[in-house]
Amino acid sequence: MLKVEDINVYYGAIHAIKGISIEVNEGEIVALIGSNGAGKSTTMRTISGLMRPKTGKITLDGQDLTNVPAHKIVGMGLCQVPEGRHVFANMTVLENLELGAYLRSDKDGIAKDMEEVFKKFPRLEERKDQVAGTLSGGEQQMLAMGRALMSRPKILLLDEPSMGLAPLLVKEIFNIIKEINASGTTILLVEQNANMALSIADKAYVLETGRITLSGTAQELAASEEVRKAYLGG
Amino acid sequence: MDNFLSQFLQQLINGVSLGSIYALIALGYTMIYGIIKLINFAHGDIYMLGAYFGFYATTKLGLSFIPAIIFAMACASIAGIIIERIAYRPMRNAPRIAILITAIGVSFLLEYGMILLVTPQPRTFPAVFPATVYNIGPLVVNNQQIVILLSSLILMAVLTYIVNDTKAGKAMRAVSFDADAARLMGINIDRVISTTFALGSALAAAGGVLVGVYYNSIDPLMGMMPGIKAFVAAVLGGIGIIPGAMIGGIILGVVEAMVSGFISSTFRDAAAFGILIIILLYKPSGLLGKNVREKV
Repeated sequence: MLKVEDINVYYGAIHAIKGISIEVNEGEIVALIGSNGAGKSTTMRTISGLMRPKTGKITLDGQDLTNVPAHKIVGMGLCQVPEGRHVFANMTVLENLELGAYLRSDKDGIAKDMEEVFKKFPRLEERKDQVAGTLSGGEQQMLAMGRALMSRPKILLLDEPSMGLAPLLVKEIFNIIKEINASGTTILLVEQNANMALSIADKAYVLETGRITLSGTAQELAASEEVRKAYLGG
Repeated sequence: MDNFLSQFLQQLINGVSLGSIYALIALGYTMIYGIIKLINFAHGDIYMLGAYFGFYATTKLGLSFIPAIIFAMACASIAGIIIERIAYRPMRNAPRIAILITAIGVSFLLEYGMILLVTPQPRTFPAVFPATVYNIGPLVVNNQQIVILLSSLILMAVLTYIVNDTKAGKAMRAVSFDADAARLMGINIDRVISTTFALGSALAAAGGVLVGVYYNSIDPLMGMMPGIKAFVAAVLGGIGIIPGAMIGGIILGVVEAMVSGFISSTFRDAAAFGILIIILLYKPSGLLGKNVREKV
């Protein structure tokens, strides 16, 4: 479904991504793991069009995304939940969700998806008229995910969904990610919490300083000596 | 005492009508700042262009007041979009100071371009409706002041509706808060920026036509002082905050009228800039400005 072929991305003179290739098949959960600064977020930002690769190619269902502007990529069925959530803190929960459906005009469909989102995240419904900036970190993560789902993506990119959340909440978020996947949305996940990521992923890639050093099924990686030493705490 | 009170009320009336024009211009400053963090120093000149568009609509096209003001607003919107497209968009990723200097350059271009085009001679703005003066006790109100105030209030209400309740307005608020997140929602930033320039320019043009009607005289440099005053009004209310620009504009107009009425009109401008200095010293975020950001 999503194919990233040998992309190279630069921040000015800094060569941040050095020839990364990733493949995500329909229905999968794929995890990108790696330490801080490995290039996970940059890879995500490049896929969603916020950054441009210098060379390489990104395709979604065979359509070339490489030079499509970010706002058009959303319409093609790929939506990213950015690292740090980036909810519109000065707007209400409801307005945030409405903005998620910005490109859609099917009122009935939007209303139905809104119901779905509230079913997944009942706390958002309780707070729908509250300004998003007053939500807790976990609620903001839920809102960011709900907002992305409102665009009805075929593939959802999640960048560090567990960042800064209490362990119990991390579990809840990951359960919801599994649920979203089960209802037919493909997922590409970036996580520092490799344990959690590998526990729900089908496939994973390990990134180190802009390169993929390991890849395989989640079970293979979870069992691998190298990964356990570096990312799973022994 | 009675004399003082009537003088005070009279200046209040004058101040509110002048202030509502400052508010119209300040809104454009604040909206453009909110969206691309640019103090658009050419904004006062858009107001001047608006006055000229209104002038030609009434004299050459023979339009009456309302069609003329709409015509001026439409033309100024297009001018605003073109200016952004040609002058500011290529500078989008340039350092802030570079785009600020560009704005000053655009301002000069419009001022002296217009001098070349229409000569520096002031034009007499036609009386689009006859002035009627109402005497309410000791107070004097003319129908132009009423038209200015009503037009401004209507335009501000329309703008508030657009920004708060329409899809385009929500997109504007989203871009102004977090441009990258807005792009991830499928919002086309370039189009939102164009819309913002169009709206801001239309309001400034309305201000220009209203001033033309009120003072009967327009010239190519008429935008310099009101442009800077409106900037003061925007900072006073809190730059980037829409209701702030409205409140800031009205306060500035009233203060100027009071100073002219009770002290001397030569101190009027000093009062305006005095306000700027005080607000920058004691509350740089403006009257409605908050320094709170999102909770993480």
